[in-house]
Amino acid sequence: MVMHASLDATFAALADPTRRSILTRLASGEASVAELARPFAMSQPAISKHLKVLERAGLIRRGRDAQRRPRRLEPKRLAEATEWLERYRRLWEGNYQRLDALLEELKTKERKWDS
Amino acid sequence: MGQLKVTMPSDREIAMTRVFDAPRKLVFDAHTKPELVRRWLLGPPGWSMPVCEMDLRVGGKYRWVWRSDSDGSTMGIGGVYREIVAPERIVSTERFDEAWYPGEGLNTLVLVEEGGRTTLTQTMRYQSTEARDAVLKSGMEKGVAASYDRLAELLASPSEATR
Repeated sequence: MVMHASLDATFAALADPTRRSILTRLASGEASVAELARPFAMSQPAISKHLKVLERAGLIRRGRDAQRRPRRLEPKRLAEATEWLERYRRLWEGNYQRLDALLEELKTKERKWDS
Repeated sequence: MGQLKVTMPSDREIAMTRVFDAPRKLVFDAHTKPELVRRWLLGPPGWSMPVCEMDLRVGGKYRWVWRSDSDGSTMGIGGVYREIVAPERIVSTERFDEAWYPGEGLNTLVLVEEGGRTTLTQTMRYQSTEARDAVLKSGMEKGVAASYDRLAELLASPSEATR
């Protein structure tokens, strides 16, 4: 239950496009708040708010450097969330592969009726 | 044909997009004729669809029930058609029999044809983030159970596993 609750927080955090962009940026290495704010038309306090949400969701953590306080990706949590979505995707992909086969059959039938 | 993309466009939605190599009339038929629907909309391996009733008109109801071949457990879902524009758009409500989340879902199916191919977009909107995540998890848990079933089958028949 506890794990599910925290995954809910993870997905809520991932629902926002700015926060997803921040994660994409952090995937290429740690960065300070100022560095993270630069590509966005946003103040540092606004970015800090997003960072807090990401931190609470366990998606990022603070690096060791006390002066820069860089943020870094917590890949384990992101992988967990992705895995959740990936299983749902696989379930539907199974359905849609059967649908592919059915559509091929329907197309063949239509061609027969046409000729 | 194409890769299925699953995204979460908002905190209450799940959206799926996929391309099919067929005109949308056929994709629409496959979503609206019960004898066709029950051939593909089966979920994890080892599940069949003994009940597939669809009264395809605005205000008409649909009801689907799946059954696990291995343990006989069932899962049912039903709803009402809100909007039907053949062969391009269907809006319907969605509610699981054993609803473990509040409210009902609203499904919007959109089919766009281009050059004989059809892009399907299915958006499911729930009344809360919790409801959406509950649905997402149900897929996961059932999917996982199914893959464990298959693993158990493989372990029970060593010749199969080593082939």
